[in-house]
This record gives sequence, structure tokens and C-alpha cells, in this order.
Amino acid sequence: MAALVPAIHALLVTTTWMPGIKPGMTTERTGCDVEWLNTILQGVLLGGLYAMFAAGLSLIFGVMRLVNIAHGDLIVLAAYVALVTVETLGINPLTSLVIVVPVMAALGYILQRVLLNRTLGDDLLPPLLVTFGLSVIIQNALLQFFTADSRKLNAGDIEIASIQIGGGLAVGVLPLLQFALAVAVIAGLQWLFYRTALGRAFRATSDDQPVAQLMGLNNAHVFALAMALSLAVVALAGVLLAVRANFDPSIGPARLIFGFEAVIIGGLGSLWGTLAGGVIIGVAQAIGAKLDPGWNLLAGHIAFLIVLALRPQGLFPKVQG
Amino acid sequence: MSDATSIRVEHSNRASRIGLAIVSGAVIALAAAPWWADRASLRLLSEIYAYVALASLWNLLAGYAGLVSVGQHAYVGLGAYVLFALAMLAGVHPLVAIPIAGFAAAIISVPVALLMFRLRGHYFAIGTWVMAEVFRLSAAQVSALDGGSGTSLPAAVILSIAGTRQMREFVVYWIALALAVAILAAIVMLLRSRYGLALTAIRDNELGARSNGVDVARVKYLVYVAVAFGTAMVGALIFLQKIRISPDTAFSVNDWTAFVIFITVIGGIGRIEGPIIGTLVFFVLRQTLADLGAIYLLILGAVAIVVMLKAPKGLWGLVADRFGWQLFPLERRLVIGGKQPS
Repeated sequence: MAALVPAIHALLVTTTWMPGIKPGMTTERTGCDVEWLNTILQGVLLGGLYAMFAAGLSLIFGVMRLVNIAHGDLIVLAAYVALVTVETLGINPLTSLVIVVPVMAALGYILQRVLLNRTLGDDLLPPLLVTFGLSVIIQNALLQFFTADSRKLNAGDIEIASIQIGGGLAVGVLPLLQFALAVAVIAGLQWLFYRTALGRAFRATSDDQPVAQLMGLNNAHVFALAMALSLAVVALAGVLLAVRANFDPSIGPARLIFGFEAVIIGGLGSLWGTLAGGVIIGVAQAIGAKLDPGWNLLAGHIAFLIVLALRPQGLFPKVQG
Repeated sequence: MSDATSIRVEHSNRASRIGLAIVSGAVIALAAAPWWADRASLRLLSEIYAYVALASLWNLLAGYAGLVSVGQHAYVGLGAYVLFALAMLAGVHPLVAIPIAGFAAAIISVPVALLMFRLRGHYFAIGTWVMAEVFRLSAAQVSALDGGSGTSLPAAVILSIAGTRQMREFVVYWIALALAVAILAAIVMLLRSRYGLALTAIRDNELGARSNGVDVARVKYLVYVAVAFGTAMVGALIFLQKIRISPDTAFSVNDWTAFVIFITVIGGIGRIEGPIIGTLVFFVLRQTLADLGAIYLLILGAVAIVVMLKAPKGLWGLVADRFGWQLFPLERRLVIGGKQPS
């Protein structure tokens, strides 16, 4: 059981790393506790970004039962669109959102109308294989144009600004902004789904496609709008990712996986659930990374597998997938 | 005559008898390749066999059982790592380690399937990818095999395969051919059995299969475990030939999943001949376009998308449906009293 070896290893490491266990550390205990509190806080804020990955994924699954395997690569594509915008116009990455969001939304609309609408139907295979092919195409196209070099967007002073929240804890303005944006995006989507005509169209096609069409909805157009909305969220997530960390053409699939894990943990169809799911993955990764740098990603995946084993319907399930 | 009331099922027809003769002839010629091919060709042929085997296994999983996994690289890497661990740490002969790697993967796939089958349809696909990531990250933590940086088989292990370098290459070549032939033969036998009938029914209409008494969940479970067994053996052999292993190469999604999926889709998913035709097309494309680097993968992805949308039965499907060809005796025709009902 090769997979179990690290798990046991982690348990051993955990016990020796627990605050207060080592002898002679009593004077440092409060410092250590603050450090752990800080780790968890960073994880929660990171979870906001994962929730944004998840919200776009959850949105299109909810409306047209499509799982977009290229979702992560589209996030990375948005980061590169932002990179080009920033480099040609010389503007701040956060300002570049004014351009990146509409560009990605338009791309989403076209992608759905031209390609993805043709794959929808009872058969699972075409949408999976076409979006998988799309993922490989985007990755290699980015590799061709931008090489495998790591890039990062520089947002200026806001990157190092932080707020003291007492008790020796400080949060960065950027991670806080990122989390606030995630909450705003999810609240916005929730409002759009349940309070607007477009949301009603989304829910109608989701419930019953032929009947929605009989009621005068153009499903192809509704689906394309859903994909445009999904990629608008992707654009925001991509820019925030690019400001936060290094990116290169190969990191897309991992972003897809984080978003997917957040969707499953949160429960299918629940937008607020994706926020909870994202936060759980973020906190698990932060704790894992603190225990051992090699444990960063593995801890997130293990949190996902534990939820899958104990509560496969997720924490706040809404629809049966 | 008792013959008058006997009912039996005929599997072969004229096309399949010709097909089987062609396949048999090809296998004999390929088995003799060490006498007519140079070293580079032998390596290329071994690689082709590995892809035929991997694609045939994925085809069984996705094309027949409807389990669209995008995480089969989990088992390629697992098999490879079990072989390296057994050969380097436990002193097991590398050729003996190949079937053990298969069994190890089959055992591990049992709890993995339990977890993954909780995810429906599309989400199953991404779930398998998560599992492969978990395997890769775990392999990077195994310090006895040099973790993330990877390791090489020591000379003593390699020498134990055969005394001379030439003989070693021949032995590995023959095993690669034998493994691919065995996997294909096993799939043909499986499809001719009751389980094959169940699998074909599931492929054509899952709900219909269930309503006719097929235990769909059980069949899927068995296929998942059997495919993990075969995939891990192929993975073990691939890395025995490469001699060097690292988590990123052993658990490469591009090499062991993307290529395999494209091969199967281009050749014809849900047909046993598809992966063979797809592999040949894949290697012809690779030998001609390999200089293009990233563009090559881009073209491959685009070709797969076009085939999926325009010819969902793949290249073999286009030809076979038109001329009624089949390479393997898989057809089922009822024969009553020695005569076929018309």
C-alpha cells in the first residue's frame, strides 16, 4: 500500500510538530499558537480563490450537466491574457480585469456556440473527450507562444500591504481582497440565479431542456450565456492567481482539480457550498505545507478523499448528480 | 438428427477468419523481429506494443464499461514503482516483479474503486485524476526510491535479466510483444464470454442492460480491477525498459492518459480494433510531426476533437461499418440446426 506510507509518516510528523508537545517550549507556546492561527487564516483566504475556481465549474454543471476538463487551462489562459494586456498597455493587473473579463466571456460564448453545444446529449463521452482535447490544445498553444517559463503579474504596493488584526496576527490586503471578491462573486451568482430572468432561464434549462425550449427559450443561447458567465468568473480567478503566485502553461489541471474538490466537498449544485469546500481545501493545504513542504497538495487531496468516503453527497448537497 | 434442434452461437465470419489469419501472421513476423530489425526499430516496436496494450485496456474501461477514467496513469506509475521497489529493495527478479506489480495494483484498485464509484459520470473522470495525483505525490515522498528526483535500476538488477546486452533487449522485446498479445487475447475472450455480452449491452444502452438483468455495478467493478491489473503490468514493463523512473515520468498524464485517449478515440472507441488502428496512426503522426514539439500535441488534440464530433466511431468504425470487416471473431450469430436463420 504505497499510498499509505506517507499517511503514516504524516501522523508521526504531526505528533512531533504539535504545538506544546516538545519539552522546554512553554515560553514559546503563545508564539506557536499564533503561527498556527496564521496558517489557518492564510488557508481560509486561499480557499476564496479555490471557491472561485469551483463556482465557474459548478455553474456550467448546474445549467447543462457539462464538466469542463479544460476549466483549469482556461484559468491559466486568462492569466496569460492579463499578462499580454498588462505588458502592452502598461496598466495594473487589477485594472486589466476591465479587458480580461469581457474577452474571456466572449471566448466562452463562442466556444459554447461553435464547439461545446455539439457535444451535449445523453452520451457522457463527447463532452469529456472534447474538453479534454481542448485542455491539451490550450496547454500546448500557451507553451508554444509563451514558453514554459514561470511568469507573475506585479500589482504594485498592494501586494505587500497588510492589516494588523491584533494578537500579532496580520493579513495581507491582497488575500483579503481576493476572499472578499470570492464572497461577492458567489453572492452575485446566487442573486443572478434566483432573482433575475436570466437565472430563471438557467434554472429552467437545467430542470428540463425540451420544456424550456417549448417555453420559448433558445437553449443554445442560454448555454452559451452560462459558459460566458463561467469564463467571466474564470477571468477574475485567473488574474488573482497570476498576481498571487507564479504561473506557467502546465498548472491548469491542478487548478481544475482544486475547483472540482471544492465542488464535491461543498455538495453538487450549492454555490455557497463551493465556498465552504474551497476553504476546507485551502486550510488543509496550508496545514499540510506547514507540517512538511511536500505535503502541501497531498493534504488537500486527502481532505477531499475523506469527505468522499464519509459524506459522498458533500456538505450542502442540492441536486443529485 | 439431434442436429436439427441444436442452437449455437457463431462468432466468426469470413472477414474475421481472414482478419485472424492476418493477425496471426503479423504476430509471427513480429516475434521474429530480433532477426530482421535493428535496435532502434525494436525499441519503437516495443513502444507500439505498450500503447496498443494501454489503449486496449482503456477502451475496455471507457468504451465498453462506460467508465471514462482520465487517471489511468495512476496504475502505469504504480506498476512501475512496485517493480522498482521489489527489484531494488526486496531483491525480486525484475521479470517476476511484473506480474506481482499487476496484482499489487489490482489489490489497491479495490478500495480506490469503492471511493471513485461514489462519483457519477463526469465527476468520476476528474476523481480518477485526483487519485493519480495522490499516487504521484505519494511516490515523491518515498525516500527509499529517491522521492521526487527519481532513481535508476542498479546494474546488478539489469544484468539479472540476461547476460549480454543484446539478449536483454531481445528478452524485453519479446515480453512486450507477449504482454500486448496476451492482453488483447484476454479482452477477446472476455468479450466472447457472458461478461462480454453484458459489457456490450452496457456499452450500447446501460439502462437497457440493467432492465435485462445485467448487474451493471458488479461488471463495472470487475472491469475496473482487471484493467488496473493489466495497466500496471504494462507500466512495470515500460519502466523496466526505460531503466530510470521519477514521479513525473511514471505518473505523466500526457504520456499515459492523453495519448492513450486520443489513440482510442481516433482509432474507434468501443471496438477492439480501434486502439490498434489508433496506435498505428499515432506513431505515423509522431514519426512525421515529432519535430514540431508542442504543435504536434496541439494537432493531435484537434484531430481527436474532430474525430469525436464528425466520426464518433473512429477511423475503424468508418471502414468496418461500410465493408463489414472485423479482425477478431467477436460477432454473435445464431445458428439453428447447422443453418443460419435468414
